[in-house]
Amino acid sequence: MAYPYTHPSETRVISRYFGDPEARTLKGWEQRGGYQAMRKALGMTPEAIVDVVKASGLRGRGGAGFPTGMKWGFMPKKAPGTPHYLVCNADESEPGTFKDRELMRWTPHALVEGCVIGAHAIHAEHAYIYIRGEFFEAAQIMARAIEEAYEAGYLGKDILGTGIGIDVTLHLGAGAYICGEETGLLNSLEGRRGEPRVKPPYPAIAGAFGKPTAVNNVESLIAAAHIVQNGADWYKQWGTEKSTGTKLFCVSGHVKRPGNYEVPLGFNFKEFIYDVCGGTPDGRPIKAVIPGGSSVPILTGDELDIAMDYEAMAAAGTMLGCGSVIVMDDTTNIVKQVRRMVDFYAHESCGQCTPCREGTAWAAKILRRFEQGRGQPDDIDTLLAISENMSGRTICVLSDAAAAPITSSIEKFRADYEALMAPEPALAGAGLTGAAHGSVR
Amino acid sequence: MADQNPAPETVHVTIDGMELDVPKGTRILDAAAMAGADVPHYCYHPGLTAPAQCRMCLVEIEKVPKLQPACVATVAEGNVIHTQSPKALEARQGVLEFYLVNHPLDCPVCDQSGECKLQDYTAAEGRAIGRSLEPKRVLGRDDFGGDVLFYADRCVMCTRCVRFMREVAQDERLAVVQRGHRAVIDTFFDEGLEGNLWADNVVDICPVGALVSKDFLHKARAWDLDRIPSICPNCSQGCNVRLEVRDNQVMRLKPRTNEAVNSHWMCDYGRLNYEWINRGARIEAPLVRGEDGALAAVSWSDALTRLAAALRGASGPSRAVVSPFMANEDLGLLRRVMEATGGGSGVYRCPTGEEVVLPGFPTLALRTDRAANPAGAELFGFTRTGGADGLGGLETIGGDGGTLWVLGDELSDAPADFGASAGVFVYVGHFLSPAARNAHFVLPATTFAEMEGTFTNVQRRVQRFWPALQAPGMARPAWQILGVLLAGIADAPAIATASDAFASLPQFGGLAWAELGQQGAPLPSYAQAGD
Repeated sequence: MAYPYTHPSETRVISRYFGDPEARTLKGWEQRGGYQAMRKALGMTPEAIVDVVKASGLRGRGGAGFPTGMKWGFMPKKAPGTPHYLVCNADESEPGTFKDRELMRWTPHALVEGCVIGAHAIHAEHAYIYIRGEFFEAAQIMARAIEEAYEAGYLGKDILGTGIGIDVTLHLGAGAYICGEETGLLNSLEGRRGEPRVKPPYPAIAGAFGKPTAVNNVESLIAAAHIVQNGADWYKQWGTEKSTGTKLFCVSGHVKRPGNYEVPLGFNFKEFIYDVCGGTPDGRPIKAVIPGGSSVPILTGDELDIAMDYEAMAAAGTMLGCGSVIVMDDTTNIVKQVRRMVDFYAHESCGQCTPCREGTAWAAKILRRFEQGRGQPDDIDTLLAISENMSGRTICVLSDAAAAPITSSIEKFRADYEALMAPEPALAGAGLTGAAHGSVR
Repeated sequence: MADQNPAPETVHVTIDGMELDVPKGTRILDAAAMAGADVPHYCYHPGLTAPAQCRMCLVEIEKVPKLQPACVATVAEGNVIHTQSPKALEARQGVLEFYLVNHPLDCPVCDQSGECKLQDYTAAEGRAIGRSLEPKRVLGRDDFGGDVLFYADRCVMCTRCVRFMREVAQDERLAVVQRGHRAVIDTFFDEGLEGNLWADNVVDICPVGALVSKDFLHKARAWDLDRIPSICPNCSQGCNVRLEVRDNQVMRLKPRTNEAVNSHWMCDYGRLNYEWINRGARIEAPLVRGEDGALAAVSWSDALTRLAAALRGASGPSRAVVSPFMANEDLGLLRRVMEATGGGSGVYRCPTGEEVVLPGFPTLALRTDRAANPAGAELFGFTRTGGADGLGGLETIGGDGGTLWVLGDELSDAPADFGASAGVFVYVGHFLSPAARNAHFVLPATTFAEMEGTFTNVQRRVQRFWPALQAPGMARPAWQILGVLLAGIADAPAIATASDAFASLPQFGGLAWAELGQQGAPLPSYAQAGD
């Protein structure tokens, strides 16, 4: 029996060796064709690597979907004496996401290869893998793989006699969601508070240690290695015109077979949930699905007949994000789930920007009141106003991410909120006229 | 400067309907100020880096999808910027409402009330009624050490204080601990800010009542204070300050911005050393020694007529002891009077201490000389005497015969018979010390806080101060007393104003009173070297 669950409809490119412990070792990885992509890349010019990745249409797998090749293309011309850095974002902190962890657990050498290729493409001498603090096992496996790669001469000052020198350093985070945001990650990497930076300047101009830096997701780098080895057209055989290739989706919640599945982008979402994942365990109807991690707007069970690609998800009013599918059947208390998410964002807000610092906590308090059946007549409007004031007003998008589930859940499940109103309003008239900024318990 | 360098590249922008050309790279907040628009902000401070985190200064730029923080976004050619558009206003209202979700609204007992940016902005454009029904988070107070008290619940988390200690004091004693809505400013160790000479600046830059001065705590309401531009008298740096006054008492000193001297800052030594300005028991009337040998109060005209007569009868060079706390005009007029009566020499005594530089603005330091005007005393030919404590050195000066002048020096350490054997002993000062009682003429002068005048700082910058307190009784500025006297003994025009006094002194090398303004100007002979 294969890795927890697999399905014939999958196209397993980067997840091919999930569940295969031998692929973790250098020897096993080489036997499976490992380090061929790296050898090929080191024989190419950096510009040629950027070109093939651009041509492949690979879009960043961390959530934003920004074209990887274009990001590398933004790096300035290499000036002597100015180091460039590649930073692999392995913080994977979005609730519902567990694809990078599995990639690192099962195919650590694929990431080492991806880092070398990415670093070479942007003229970087040093790649940092910033790995989530809770990923103890994945970190151990990665550390061992890096050690093996150094011993085999795949890393170091002169890789395989090519004269190209690239070091890889594994850096453990300390458990903050916001350190998955690329500039928060860079601050954390530098030993500062994990607070996102004001952009511009973008990392390509002033990133890690103030030097030109590209920050790429684990899955993006591993996919890039496959693209370098097999070519852009090979990669474009999967997916849609604008969303090329395959993607790992992490499925959790009320499904028969939760886990990681790799399918081509554009795969039908309904088929994915009902067929690949087996639908809900007891066959109950699906009430809601979060398609791309907790930061994206919620879909109802009736909105699932769409393609799993960046454009179709956007057209449906949500986002593909990092491909973290959370399925909820009709037993789910939506308000409670939203409250849990917003509590999470309130807990993880770095606290720099006022709308996020105050808005997340305030919204969480109101939602908690709803959960306890003590909603007040104006609360829904207040929640929508808070969400509005939290959106598009802050340095990073954590605040927007916290607002998305609030507004989409009110839009789609307003009745669930209305059912949780207090039997009688706490204040007669509830207008609070004259009670400026007062508080009631 | 503008003549030598090519004109800076400018961009054409429209701000709130006003079209103007501003230098390329100007931050929108500054460009808006040029257009007369005050963009509300908390985290931005011109003396610190801009983290763009309070999100108060968001402005709308046409064709830019998101609102932009005016504190870090710079102008671009053709920008059409709206600081008061519905979108910008709504964003600010939203932020203000967020601030008040947990703010205690204890304005009635808050020291910042009346000069609080949260109060001002909320009153100007906040929502009339808050929508929060939730219990407020309560964090309480913390003693940050030194003069600083922290009311955590009032904090807006702008982090100006943290950045001041990091970037300007370069002594990181404050930090944000925790994150999200649990984030709070805190100190690292028990001593907190204790021992850092610059700590009270965090009170100044705190836009709300989170950081307050223990010294000022509950002493006065902001709206009851008169604020008078002045110069800190406590060392020769000459920090530009405001004397903040209520009921004819200085309540506190606050720095005034002057990039040539102290930027936005001042030290705690200077700031907290103001009680002496309020000292009572002043000489309130001219006193003249009568036939019976006792000092008796007389009118000014009587006193000065008799003094002029006495000086006409005196012979030989005179001697003087002057105070480096006296104004340039006081010292200069005394020099003129001495020259008109046979010349002579004088000394001054200056308390000293260790110099402490502000690392982030190294031209600012608590200077060795702990008086405002030793440079002025030198300028008018007085030489230093006495010890590091500003005492002693008077052994020979009080001697026999001749004319003895004392200007401002209290003579607190002088022997009881100091000046008793002088031919004419004139004491122009503030306090009737035992030695001052030996004088033939005791003339009540005002302190710097009660008069107009100038000090010369350590960089030889001449800076004006303005009267903040009412002078006690009949006390007059020493320059006025001496000016009238000079008109009586020499054929000199009367000195009616501080600017007259200033203009009558060639030692300023042609520097014009009108050039001084509120920021001062360097002495011409030093201007070259200084720039």
